[in-house]
Amino acid sequence: MFKGPPEELIVQLDFATRELTIKLVYYGPALSGKTTNLQSLHEAASGDSKGRLMTLDTRDDRTLFFDLLPLSFEDESGLKVRLKVFTVPGQVIHSSTRRLVVQGADGVAFIADSRVSETDTNTAAFVDLKSNLEAHGMILGDMPLVIQFNKRDLPATRSAVDVAEMAKAGKEPVYMATATQSVGVVESFLALLYCTWLNIEKEHQLSEKFGFDGLKFLHTVASKLNYQGTVDDFLNAAVGGNIKSDRVRLGSAE
Amino acid sequence: MSEFKSLDQLTIAQNFELSELLDRPALQEMAQSFEGLFNVSLRVYAVDGSLLADSQKTPAFYAFLEKSKIGRRKVQEVISQVRAVVGKKEAVLITKGLAGIRYLSAAIEHEGRLLGRTIVGPFIESHLKPEPEELFSLDPELDREELLLHWQALPRLSDQKAHQINQHLQSTLALLVFSGLKAHLASHMHMASVQESFRELSTQNHKLKEAYERLKELDRLKSNFLATVSHELRTPLTSIIGYSEMILQGIAGEVNEEQRDFVGTIHEKGEQLLDLIKSLLDLSKLESGTMSLRKEECSFATVVEQVVSTLTPVALQKKVYLVPAIEEGLPMSYADPERLRQVLLNLTENAIKFTPEDGCVTIALGETSLSTDVSGSANVLFGATKRRALQFSVTDTGVGIAEAEKNKIFDAFYQIDSSSTREAGGTGLGLSIVKRLVDAHEGQIQIEDNQPSGAVFLVTIPLAVAQTSPAI
Repeated sequence: MFKGPPEELIVQLDFATRELTIKLVYYGPALSGKTTNLQSLHEAASGDSKGRLMTLDTRDDRTLFFDLLPLSFEDESGLKVRLKVFTVPGQVIHSSTRRLVVQGADGVAFIADSRVSETDTNTAAFVDLKSNLEAHGMILGDMPLVIQFNKRDLPATRSAVDVAEMAKAGKEPVYMATATQSVGVVESFLALLYCTWLNIEKEHQLSEKFGFDGLKFLHTVASKLNYQGTVDDFLNAAVGGNIKSDRVRLGSAE
Repeated sequence: MSEFKSLDQLTIAQNFELSELLDRPALQEMAQSFEGLFNVSLRVYAVDGSLLADSQKTPAFYAFLEKSKIGRRKVQEVISQVRAVVGKKEAVLITKGLAGIRYLSAAIEHEGRLLGRTIVGPFIESHLKPEPEELFSLDPELDREELLLHWQALPRLSDQKAHQINQHLQSTLALLVFSGLKAHLASHMHMASVQESFRELSTQNHKLKEAYERLKELDRLKSNFLATVSHELRTPLTSIIGYSEMILQGIAGEVNEEQRDFVGTIHEKGEQLLDLIKSLLDLSKLESGTMSLRKEECSFATVVEQVVSTLTPVALQKKVYLVPAIEEGLPMSYADPERLRQVLLNLTENAIKFTPEDGCVTIALGETSLSTDVSGSANVLFGATKRRALQFSVTDTGVGIAEAEKNKIFDAFYQIDSSSTREAGGTGLGLSIVKRLVDAHEGQIQIEDNQPSGAVFLVTIPLAVAQTSPAI
């Protein structure tokens, strides 16, 4: 495994132009719906905040290198936040490409296939994520992570009760989704952004340096994605994880 | 990764120049077609102000003006005024050109980053009439009629139409930039992926090589160990055999029938064990390359005869016919007769062992030729050179050997059916020793099927003449 130096700059912060670039990566096994998530987000986003969705795929619509959805938002403080949302190619043979894409990620959404038959491929992809992060000197446990159980509309899926039971064991928030019907996609994304922001705030104290109000910003993003609820709403939509205790911590920090 | 921009550099920092993303000749063609369509000139500048495309060199109006000194200065003023806005992000309608001339200048952006600038113009507001006085006061020396003619030939656009055209232009360029970026990213990712895979494979190769070296060393150690152990085992065994023999001879006093039987068994098994240890020793010597051949002028026919006479009692006991078939007038060859006998003895013993009652084992000897084994492809290229050789063949009418087993039976300790060991005996070392001894003679060993049943072992040893160096 390639053991490079720890990533020189995880969050790209440009003080001169007051720009923050955040890289989010949608990881997961082949055909779990990573690209569909991005397409659904792209549709949900309002025109002024989204860029063109770039897909580098093969003729049969399988992701070859990655998909890239650029989103940009401006906070009241005048800080411009660019979000680069990537997907990785899921097929096992593209491991080296996944390693390249995941390099420098600020947050990861793991898109799992809910079908019971896909349990092993989900696990294999998760192990692959761990080792590819390690190859860049990053630790999975330190990475802001949201898990999405996609394809809830298919038969023979793991039951919601089962998923909730499993989710209790981990600290990551888990979301149920049917990306083809845009169900749960925005919530998963907002939760990922939320976790990522908590992490960045801890590292870079954006509120101190820029007067950046994270909650207001999340609210702006949510409304640009035409999400009707509040921050609490999408946090409460999570199954398991200690995302809510973070919320409390955040409240006290303010 | 050092040779390539990382994915982040490519997609996040956007370290791109317009000229990297767009094909310049194609951009030039596009600008020309733009002018053909909208009847107004277009220039495209990079962010550093260098001109990337230009639909028309100089408008006829400017060309005419440049004929006079004052006119030339005026034109230059306008152009530098237009160029001055190159760094600005927003679209600018420049209205302060001379004689009502306008330009529309707009930024080419990708995700909020400035990549370059387009300048549409010169054009005149569509409703501007009559011609402004300024036109004639430019330079009184210029011919008024001609000046007016050139001025009137300038394209006319309403501001609204100009903005519309600009919008169309911007979205076309955005698409081109996007496609260019996509192609750029794809090719970089491709190279980076290949490089990453190559790096991964190199690491694996390195590991494999290390493992191979380690195994080779282990193998060498194993052979040494085997040689040492075999040697050490032999010493006490010699005593066991020697003393049991002495007891049998009655040197230690009378032995009764039962004692003779028991001691006889000890003696016999001791001999068997000694044979096994000798085989092991031979094998390890062969493997470690310390076995030396004692080559001399010898007759292969004699070797066959000796083997037949040695094994005839065994064959008789098993009710198997043992038939020699030796060609006449075979030449003498330079080889190790003791080792060849070992080879033939082993093969024939095996053949008898696996041949049922009333079966037949034939040992034949004849002359043949052997192709010198240059490596496979070279054989095809250069044509194999043939050497004279002598060939032993041991044919039995036993069960035969399955195709899949034919390559494996020369491995040490390999037995086709380990259950048959109990019935037929043997250690599984014989054939591996045979193979190595044949190799040591630069010969070949092959297995063929006998019809209707049984196997044929063919041992081909090249004919050699005496050499000055006697051993390998």
